[in-house]
Amino acid sequence: MKNYNDLILRTMTQLIAFILLGFSVYLFFAGHNSPGGGFIGGLMTAAAFILMYITYGFDNMSKVLPINFRAVLTIGLLVATLSGIGAFVFGEPFLTQTFGYFNLPIMGETELATAMIFDLGVYLTVVGVTMTIILTIATDQKEDSQEQAGM
Amino acid sequence: MSNLAVLPIVIPLIASVISAFIPKKLGLSRFIAKLFAIIFLVYAGYLAWVVFTDGIIVMQASGWAAPFGISIVADYLSVTLVLITSILTTAAVFYAPSSLSQLQESYYFYTFMFLMISGVVGAFLTGDLFNLFVFFEVLLMASYGLIVLGGGKVQLRESLKYVLFNVFSSMLFVTTIGFIYASVGTVNMAHLAERIQEAEQAGILTGLAVLLFFVFAIKAAIFPLYYWLPNSYIVPNPVVSALFGALLTKVGIYSILRVFTLIFNHDIGITHEIFTWLAIFTMLFGVIGALSTQNVKLIVTYNIIPAIGFILMGISLYSSAGIEGSVYYLVHDMIIKAALFFLVGALVVAAGTDDLRKMGGLITRYPVLGWLFFIGSLVLAGVPPFSGFIGKILLLRGSLEQEEILLTVAALITSLLILYSMIRIFVRGFWGDTVEGLPEGQNKKVRHLTIPAAVLLAISIFIGIGAEFIYPHVETIANMLLDRAEYINAVLRE
Repeated sequence: MKNYNDLILRTMTQLIAFILLGFSVYLFFAGHNSPGGGFIGGLMTAAAFILMYITYGFDNMSKVLPINFRAVLTIGLLVATLSGIGAFVFGEPFLTQTFGYFNLPIMGETELATAMIFDLGVYLTVVGVTMTIILTIATDQKEDSQEQAGM
Repeated sequence: MSNLAVLPIVIPLIASVISAFIPKKLGLSRFIAKLFAIIFLVYAGYLAWVVFTDGIIVMQASGWAAPFGISIVADYLSVTLVLITSILTTAAVFYAPSSLSQLQESYYFYTFMFLMISGVVGAFLTGDLFNLFVFFEVLLMASYGLIVLGGGKVQLRESLKYVLFNVFSSMLFVTTIGFIYASVGTVNMAHLAERIQEAEQAGILTGLAVLLFFVFAIKAAIFPLYYWLPNSYIVPNPVVSALFGALLTKVGIYSILRVFTLIFNHDIGITHEIFTWLAIFTMLFGVIGALSTQNVKLIVTYNIIPAIGFILMGISLYSSAGIEGSVYYLVHDMIIKAALFFLVGALVVAAGTDDLRKMGGLITRYPVLGWLFFIGSLVLAGVPPFSGFIGKILLLRGSLEQEEILLTVAALITSLLILYSMIRIFVRGFWGDTVEGLPEGQNKKVRHLTIPAAVLLAISIFIGIGAEFIYPHVETIANMLLDRAEYINAVLRE
């Protein structure tokens, strides 16, 4: 990776990854009422991460983004499940969602929906799964690959 | 109240997620697995009690009324199967630490196992055809993880076949659902039942019914679609084989039972006639497979197939004796298959091999295991007073009532051959001269492996001897399946 003449890739990545991440956040928040959502937002975030991995290499990225994506995946699953169970507390059927309007500083009157919490779970799960799969495939020649030991 | 119905899906899911956080801390994840399995067991018992006393519980997810939302229906049949699943889960959790290597256990065994249980339970509880597909996918995903656990070369080879077969059948499943939705405009099972009744299952609908049967037949391993099953079920660890053998094919046959009693029951001349012939072939070919091999794991695995044949036989009769027999046999077979897989796992540890020709005289060293295996064989073959007998006598009675002589004869021959195939393990493996070179120092491990199997066997014997207690419940289930109105009203009218 280091010997490539990848000036164009590096320059473009700085721009594109930024746009991708921003757009993924937009998609995530648009999710529950218009096209978008946790799934597509998560995929787009993962796409941005992978672009960065391709450009800067695995070792550099591991330092910049020291995230255990398997933990992200599990936290996402937990959040999604718990948001469904949350309805039990109010005596409503599983997965029931609600929304309300709140006055937030800076944002003004904003709609907040509990579907966002479920979507957040989906988002984290998708990022976790995609990154785990791709990084596992990409690193399976390495000695430190954890998957090889037991799988 | 309605949330009661969804908790059996949620509890294993939470267990799965929590154990995914701590795969390497074996002590803790074992404890959590046992804790959740017991919570699940107690809860499933409670739910079964509530449903059998107060009637069907329906949960409309997010409060969207059927047929627009997704219904989770805890009816008599599903809660019974959920209860059995929870019993098997608990047994498996106690069996697993002695059966799996620590490395296998730490590679997300409990996560995959509970995820699979969640999918199985979801498939039992869902009242929506598309959701049935979704839960099939959940349990298949988890089973892909379980089948390669350990990563042996054979496992990878067999798992490829397993995955290809299942991906193909899932594809066909979702296509069929698309066809059904296009022709009647709903996927809610109760709503489908009403609409197909109005259409009198005319024209293309019977064709779709057969297509749907084909999909479930691949999952349930019905003749001639069982090719993938035997080899892919013996390659994983015994505890995984036990869960596969006891749950996965049963989900397929449960779907047939549900769909062809609730929805597609207006053209029995075509659909159920096909079932009769396939039941005969499934029984005979399955048991011939069991006789053809000297591998003890393979013998038990092949015995899954005739059991599916027996259950299909009852569905094909479509009479109260037939359906009662099917339900009884289904309940009986889930438990005894798991018990036998557990026992065979212990046998393989004790003998150090799975080749029957290299075993012998194990009864002197492991008398308890030997006699449990003997009883298990009798239960499976349906020797009175054990549970297999009650199921079979109901099936045979139903079959004779309708003068299906060929079916009756095939069922009787199959029972006899099942007994022969199982007793062969007992005679060759446990009797005879002790073979040289048996592994030493396995007594403690074998004992740990035998206890969960013994508990399952005790439950199985209770299902046979306690038929007076069990039978009225089976009758309730069969009446609900044949009458349909109670199920449809519970989903659509409340």
